[in-house]
Amino acid sequence: MKYRSISPLLLIGLLLLTTRVSAESQPAPSIEELWRIIQAQQAEIEALKQQQAQTEQKATDADEKAEAAVVAVEESASSSSGTGNWADRTTIGGYGEVHYNNLDGSGGEDDKKEIDLHRFVLFLGHEFTDDIRFFSEIEYEHGVAGEDQVGEVEIEQAYVEFDLNDRHLARTGVALLPVGIINETHEPTTFYGVERNPVEKDIIPATWWAGGIGLHGQIAPGWGYDVVAHEGLKVPGMNDPDFNNYKPRGGRQKSGKADAEDLAATARLKWTGLPGTEIAGSIQYQSDITQSEDPTAGSAWLYELHTVIERGPFGLRALYARWDLDGSGPESIGADEQMGYYIEPSYRFFNDKLGIFARYNQWDNAAGNSSDSEKQQWDIGLNWWPHEQVVLKADYQFQDNDDGREQDGFNLGVGYEF
Amino acid sequence: MNVRNLCFLLLMLLASHALARGVYQTPEAFLDEVFDATPPAPQVLWLKGDIKVTAEEILGHRYPGLRIRYWGGDQRTAWILEEIGKEKPITVGLVVNPQGMELVRVLEFRESRGWEIRYPFFTAQFQGLGLTSTRELDQPIDGISGATLSVRALKKLARLALYLHQQTEFSRDPAP
Repeated sequence: MKYRSISPLLLIGLLLLTTRVSAESQPAPSIEELWRIIQAQQAEIEALKQQQAQTEQKATDADEKAEAAVVAVEESASSSSGTGNWADRTTIGGYGEVHYNNLDGSGGEDDKKEIDLHRFVLFLGHEFTDDIRFFSEIEYEHGVAGEDQVGEVEIEQAYVEFDLNDRHLARTGVALLPVGIINETHEPTTFYGVERNPVEKDIIPATWWAGGIGLHGQIAPGWGYDVVAHEGLKVPGMNDPDFNNYKPRGGRQKSGKADAEDLAATARLKWTGLPGTEIAGSIQYQSDITQSEDPTAGSAWLYELHTVIERGPFGLRALYARWDLDGSGPESIGADEQMGYYIEPSYRFFNDKLGIFARYNQWDNAAGNSSDSEKQQWDIGLNWWPHEQVVLKADYQFQDNDDGREQDGFNLGVGYEF
Repeated sequence: MNVRNLCFLLLMLLASHALARGVYQTPEAFLDEVFDATPPAPQVLWLKGDIKVTAEEILGHRYPGLRIRYWGGDQRTAWILEEIGKEKPITVGLVVNPQGMELVRVLEFRESRGWEIRYPFFTAQFQGLGLTSTRELDQPIDGISGATLSVRALKKLARLALYLHQQTEFSRDPAP
């Protein structure tokens, strides 16, 4: 260890001695030589400076090129901002649902054991300008459409929308009517139960679309409105072989060469001024619910009121709807008053991945007399959302109808939207 | 109501100016408000590695960009982010501070439905929220019926801003 610590000192001493001897052996440079050396060094410094500047310029150029490339990539990736080309202004979407029903009929009602591609829907939209756009929805129901087939193809929406200003827009074409909870928002991921609730189906009747023109917008923070003039119902009257007891569902004309002899109008006021809370009411006037085909029928009014509450994991939906039909024809069979309501509490678990619900439905399409026409249905079940746009459903239903014709059992379903 | 009264009512409706669809506030005005009229120079957070992966997990899709600009100062960061509601992107300004979400404001809304998310009665729910260990919001947000997709977009952007803030130098305690 001692040898190792002394050795470096000896080496340094030898080096110093050698250097000194070497320096003393050479003559000192003249002033001219020193000047030449300085000039040469100065030239070298200038060259190095120039080289450094060129390097910095290249680095700056490279940064700018990289920035331009990044911006180009980002602009390409974010072309969905609505100001791009034709493709950017065209949107597609859709939803669908497949159901399995396992229901036992009683009191004369048939069993229902079916697997059904209940709905397959495609949306197509296009924005002509920032203020004018088109939207459409084409729906295939029950898998197979055609003559003598169980399914059908329907265009439920095909309208052009014009922004009047930042608060109001006008819509004309074929559109869903602003009434009820599920008539406008009915993607399977948005509601509980495999099948849509029977009250909105048989009373309102959802899904209900019509050709017409409307104004939509808001009148104050949290207050929205809709006013629509549209084709009316054409409920088969007593002189019609398809007479259906003046039930509104059978009167939807679906804008298929719709009889426009007697038009209708719908208005809705909606309040959403509190998070998780919607309260809305609609009123509709039909100038003649049979399009003047049945002299014993006439005008009709629809009143609808509902609330949707979602506070934390708790949910509640409640709806009341009622028709008043004029005329001796509807009155003679109690169809002058048709009403229904439902209430549906729910609760979500596991970060909104799983939800359970119960729903009580009561409705009557002949509530104007004392006939045994009232229907009741309980639904209990669950929704599981493995993805926010995919839902698996299961529920059990049991009915208690005045006429004794009932279907009880369970339903399974899968739905999606995109 | 006669036709004249109906026309008058319609004109009154059309003449009103509270905004639904459109630009509510420009990004510049938002930043001026957040930073007392002297916003700092923008900084860039590159989306690479874990940041990119996590951003995609939060959004449920790839972020349409290679980096995200933000503005920071005094342990606060401001972000201007976009996410599609149903069809069109919603532009949102968000501010995060050490306590969590400080401010969420919808700057531009381009869709016909779901405009209710712009109102303070809705966006105020985000104030003070943070992230759980699974990067979910640590308190529930009450939605708006009929605006499900817009609400969902805003929740994603709030989660993203809270996460991105954690990746900046402004999330760290200042040197003593």
